[in-house]
Amino acid sequence: MAGTLVLFWAFAGLALASALGCITRRSPVASALWLVVTLFALAALFVLLDAQFIAVLQLLVYAGAIMVLFLFVIMLLNLGHPGPMDVKGPVGVGTAFLLGGVLLFQLWILRQAAPPASIQLPPGSVARLQQEQGLVGAVARPLFDTYLIPFEITSLLLLAALVGAVVLAKRRL
Amino acid sequence: MNLDFQALDLSRTGDLLVALAPELVLTLAALLVLLVVAWRHRTPEDLRLAGWLTLAGLGAAGFAAWFLWWQAARAAGIPAMIAVDDFRFVADWLFLGTTALTVLVSFDYLEREELWVPEYFALLLFASLGMMLMAGAQDLMVLFLGLELMSIALYVLAGSSRRSAAGAEAALKYFLLGAFASGFLLYGIALVYGATATTNLTLIGVQIATLGLQHSAMLLIGLGLLLVGFGFKVAAVPFHMWAPDVYDGSPTPIAGYMATAVKAAAFAALFRVLGEAFAAVPAWHAIVWWLAVATMVVGNLIALAQRTLKRMLAYSSIAHAGYLLVAVATGTGAGAAAFLFYLVAYTLMTLAAFALLAAKGTNGERDVRIDDLAGLAQRRPWLALALAVCMLSLLGFPVTAGFIGKWYILVAATSSGQVLLAAVLVLASVISAGYYLPVIMAMYMQPEPSADAHAGMRLGRLGSAVVAAAVAGLLFLGVRPNRLLDIARVSGASVRAAPAVSSDVPPAPLREPTGR
Repeated sequence: MAGTLVLFWAFAGLALASALGCITRRSPVASALWLVVTLFALAALFVLLDAQFIAVLQLLVYAGAIMVLFLFVIMLLNLGHPGPMDVKGPVGVGTAFLLGGVLLFQLWILRQAAPPASIQLPPGSVARLQQEQGLVGAVARPLFDTYLIPFEITSLLLLAALVGAVVLAKRRL
Repeated sequence: MNLDFQALDLSRTGDLLVALAPELVLTLAALLVLLVVAWRHRTPEDLRLAGWLTLAGLGAAGFAAWFLWWQAARAAGIPAMIAVDDFRFVADWLFLGTTALTVLVSFDYLEREELWVPEYFALLLFASLGMMLMAGAQDLMVLFLGLELMSIALYVLAGSSRRSAAGAEAALKYFLLGAFASGFLLYGIALVYGATATTNLTLIGVQIATLGLQHSAMLLIGLGLLLVGFGFKVAAVPFHMWAPDVYDGSPTPIAGYMATAVKAAAFAALFRVLGEAFAAVPAWHAIVWWLAVATMVVGNLIALAQRTLKRMLAYSSIAHAGYLLVAVATGTGAGAAAFLFYLVAYTLMTLAAFALLAAKGTNGERDVRIDDLAGLAQRRPWLALALAVCMLSLLGFPVTAGFIGKWYILVAATSSGQVLLAAVLVLASVISAGYYLPVIMAMYMQPEPSADAHAGMRLGRLGSAVVAAAVAGLLFLGVRPNRLLDIARVSGASVRAAPAVSSDVPPAPLREPTGR
């Protein structure tokens, strides 16, 4: 148990520090690389939560595919040079602190409003499910029965986005 | 396979296919149109072919929706992802009809503006599919996905005129603010799920009643964020800033589509969410009340200051969102009926007004001022008459559908004790005369500035048919609203009845991850 706790604090600290690095670096490439570190730390936290499948997805999809896209866009747009800060002057900083305060307040509220015990999962049910169906099956099976309709709509959504991107990007037929 | 239309069991594949028939037909049509334009996309005839295929698909989906409606299809068993009730079928008809009218108007418009974008029609189909899913969503997840499907298609349609800088600006603005609004909505959904452990609308209602969550902070924050997201989508003040710029920069038929069908879909989803999931939460009445007042007052006042017709219509559509919010705020059966009736009337008049605007000029009609219509009555009497009827109906003048719709909203508001809201509605309508009447005065009372002032005005045969049908519908509904009102009453009640908080509702099954 103690080992898990140590690992948790280590990765949580790493996630926070690299997130700070991501938003404070001036160079977009450095920011993107810090973001990769954040995503790795989050994946480690998922493993600590017994959600290995989500951890692997996090690495494959976010740290892999999406970060590559980020870097491509940065290179294509030639954003390598540090530009001026977006948040300017006391008004911008004040707004940032105000919004951060609102978020903190919400977190505090949510801590107070813990969901009633009657709608929480019985302890150990997730672990039992993983024992029975395996890590992937427990995620995959509901996709094809309970959540079949949203799943199929998602595929249409992706198709529409694909067609839309082609329509906007192509110059001539 | 024996089907019982009155008790479709949505956990069985066959019954699910029947319940989703309109959506499935429309999906097939969209895929077919995509396939056809992949091979044929070079000549204007190909564009027309895609358009007619789209119309056929809309007709087939409309037939499927009508068939289910006629069979009085209902779902039985535990609440599922998709609602099967009259409200969904009537809303489907509204969306399909609006899309069909938009397609008809688009034929001539695309050719005149030389917008050779054959995917235009497929995207319209995807957008209307998203709308149907929004109105039929019994689950917040389906609702969100439907909303995204609709929005993504519309972001592209708004920017489909690739030569126009205003079009690109409109698309980008719509995309950014739409993504922002989706974020609010999604955050709200997450919090509601956190409070109730379900995303099903009926089960949320049951959970709120059985667990006594009316004052739970998490649920209320979630509800507030949901209302912000919907406020963006229906362009209610103070979330309206994007609407005029986006309508202004989009191709005019798309602007008309966004002002009517998109707004109607967002309203239908909002109506269902508030009616089914949050009927037991009193907090939203006050929020919607304030939204309605702000939207009516601000929308009408800013519309007064507009000089170009397109922006005036954009602000007018914001003001009308306020009137519809009044009907939502009443939260009664009469309010539901008035809401649906006004939605139909508003769709007809706004769509016809945008179609007429599309006939007026070129370059996206962004610079058509109200004064430019001077003397239109002498040169093109029928067009002037049609536009005059639309303006009078938007104003709420007797013998038009706009009057009847406003009248029923007023009755619903006063009979539920919202007298102040009704008074604001009347005052706002009086203000709106200040910008609707100048259009009519310019057409009928001012001389033509030059002999060829209206020479470029061209409303093709299909466009004329659309406008004529819409105007005839407005006048007919203004004289004989009974049939539509009956339909509106029955289907509006079908949303109310669902969240019965009686004891015979099965206890909410939790989404416990039990594999099979």
